[in-house]
Amino acid sequence: MKLKSLILGACSVLAMAGFARADTTLTIATVNNGDMIRMQGLTDDFTKANPDIKLNWVTLEENVLRQKVTTDIATKGGQFDVMTIGTYEVPIWAKQNWLLPLDNLGSDYDVDDLLPAIRSGLSAGGKLYAAPFYGESSYTMYRKDLMDKAGLKMPDKPNWAFIREAADKMTDKANGIYGICLRGKAGWGENMAFLTAMSNSFGARWFDEKWHPQFDQPEWKDTLSFYVDLMKADGPPGASSNGFNENLALFQSGKCGMWIDATVAGSFVTDPKNSKIAKDVGFALAPNKEGVDKRANWLWSWALAIPAGTKKAEAAEKFVSWATSKHYLDIVAAKDGWANVPPGTRKSLYDNQKYLDAAPFAKMTLASIKAADPEHPTVKPVPYVGVQFVAIPEFQGIGTAVGQQFSAALAGQISVDQALSSAQQLTTREMTKAGYIK
Amino acid sequence: MARAINTRSKITFTIVGWLCGLLLFFPILWTFLTSFKTEGDAIANPPYFLFFHWTLENYIEVQARSDYLHHFLNSVTISVGSTVIGLIIAVPAAWAMAFSPTKHTKDVLMWMLSTKMMPAVGALIPIYLIFRDWGLLDSRIGLTAIVMLINLPIIVWMLYTYFREIPGEILEAARMDGASLAKEIIYVLTPMAVPGIASTLLLNIILAWNEAFWTLNLSTSKAAPLTTFIASYSSPEGLFWAKLSAASTLAIAPILIMGWFSQKQLVRGLTFGAVK
Repeated sequence: MKLKSLILGACSVLAMAGFARADTTLTIATVNNGDMIRMQGLTDDFTKANPDIKLNWVTLEENVLRQKVTTDIATKGGQFDVMTIGTYEVPIWAKQNWLLPLDNLGSDYDVDDLLPAIRSGLSAGGKLYAAPFYGESSYTMYRKDLMDKAGLKMPDKPNWAFIREAADKMTDKANGIYGICLRGKAGWGENMAFLTAMSNSFGARWFDEKWHPQFDQPEWKDTLSFYVDLMKADGPPGASSNGFNENLALFQSGKCGMWIDATVAGSFVTDPKNSKIAKDVGFALAPNKEGVDKRANWLWSWALAIPAGTKKAEAAEKFVSWATSKHYLDIVAAKDGWANVPPGTRKSLYDNQKYLDAAPFAKMTLASIKAADPEHPTVKPVPYVGVQFVAIPEFQGIGTAVGQQFSAALAGQISVDQALSSAQQLTTREMTKAGYIK
Repeated sequence: MARAINTRSKITFTIVGWLCGLLLFFPILWTFLTSFKTEGDAIANPPYFLFFHWTLENYIEVQARSDYLHHFLNSVTISVGSTVIGLIIAVPAAWAMAFSPTKHTKDVLMWMLSTKMMPAVGALIPIYLIFRDWGLLDSRIGLTAIVMLINLPIIVWMLYTYFREIPGEILEAARMDGASLAKEIIYVLTPMAVPGIASTLLLNIILAWNEAFWTLNLSTSKAAPLTTFIASYSSPEGLFWAKLSAASTLAIAPILIMGWFSQKQLVRGLTFGAVK
């Protein structure tokens, strides 16, 4: 009997020891971009400190990722333990109770060091639901040499009238130089990200307080007419199919005088390895229309969130805390230099002189992020959250449909008035169908 | 005179044929060339065609970042598995429709084809829920089944078309000689339809290899085929053109080589019956 108990006891101890040593594998869905790929190469630091946690990466293009994680979380598929999502998803998913609040990021995490605009974009009801991995806004990048040649000086806070004047003077079509490059490719995250932010700087808004679309208002007409006229006069040919990458290629090869786009582009255009004009790039805030108190800059963050259905929440939160910590920034700086540290998440990074010296775009990035307010994106009151998007589930579909109309106007297939009228019609139809308009 | 016209038209057709061939092949050639460029050269404007700094760095990086062999083996399992199972189901189905048609056969065929006309995303959520409840998410069995099901209408249609070309009298003669239904299909019908079955097999392996919507949505890592491998190198915000091209070249190379070697069989099968 004693022997039996002894054997049973030994077996239990062994089983428990085995259980205690059992590895936890975290499946992490992430987006394919330089910063995320760099992180995958630096996870030794995390796994050494947490030998019982293994990491399984699923890296995807952002639209594929969005479709996949949305399907998984909406159906409680449970395929992922950590998801990379953006400021568009967080408020919607948090409201649905699809995400776990990040309450246990650790005593040394310093949540108050997160930039307020980014933190606010990733919170709901005062709770943080996703930890920012990097943050971005948008600003004006310009060729200093062409600006000098045109006899102009770019102010830190330009307005649209100056941008038009500079674009006109810089354009030299005979030599393949275009004054300005802007997004034209249709899509809610493509041309509509830029045009929605631009419309804020003209005082326009997507919806009034009762969710009625506002494309029939003069502010939208001003926005779209200005954009189409400017691009027709000073933009590159085929602009209606240009997105971030196409404009990046044009700007880096010296074909654009100015480019207004994501702040993350700063590190690309100043990298002499890939950019012909690396030494001549200057930065300024996104423009506004004179007299309007909002600029055409957006706010975005790729952030790590934990789906409510995961059974490995504790390990997942440990990983999220590590990947978005100050310590992680130090690891990147030590290995790849300060210029490659993921930007736009922490105040302390912008107090670090080494970072400011390594990244000439840092100050303007911070100023742009600070200037964005997702809860008050434009001058008039709005019923939604989001600067370059409207954080409602229907926006992806509506935004892309409206983007197609505006892209067609840029291509000259329809007039500005026709594009706005179609946008008004289709948005009203979809919002009525979705029950926003009673 | 007639010979001169004949030669001239031959030359014209040859040139037009080559131009069409090159035009169709150009995207693959461009992807191949881009895979040997640096990211900077890949987006150069005007683009470089041959005179650039050739490098293997994209292939090295792709190999370092992803487990190509794992994705490749998943692609082989899913495409071959789904096609073989599909053929096993479709041969008897096409036999019945070709040799024992009823007044509803055409309607059944049209209904099968109509399932291909529905946007796949419309069925994503129900299928995803079934896969979740049956534990089939991210499994090779699940992906093989779904790819087989979505290609089944095409397999049945192709085989039906080939079987219709075979004279029914031959099968009747086999029956007269005492062949059972199974023997009739296995020993008489199948050998006669080998070119058709072979081209159906090859074409469906290609279709299954290229299938992206379901494989991307229903797999994460364990069962992820080469479509997921490619999707991990695309990015709307960042320079990944050269790496994406290297990943694409690696993903299409096996099926391209298979198509190259089997093109005779493929063309013979696709034109089966057309020269009668």
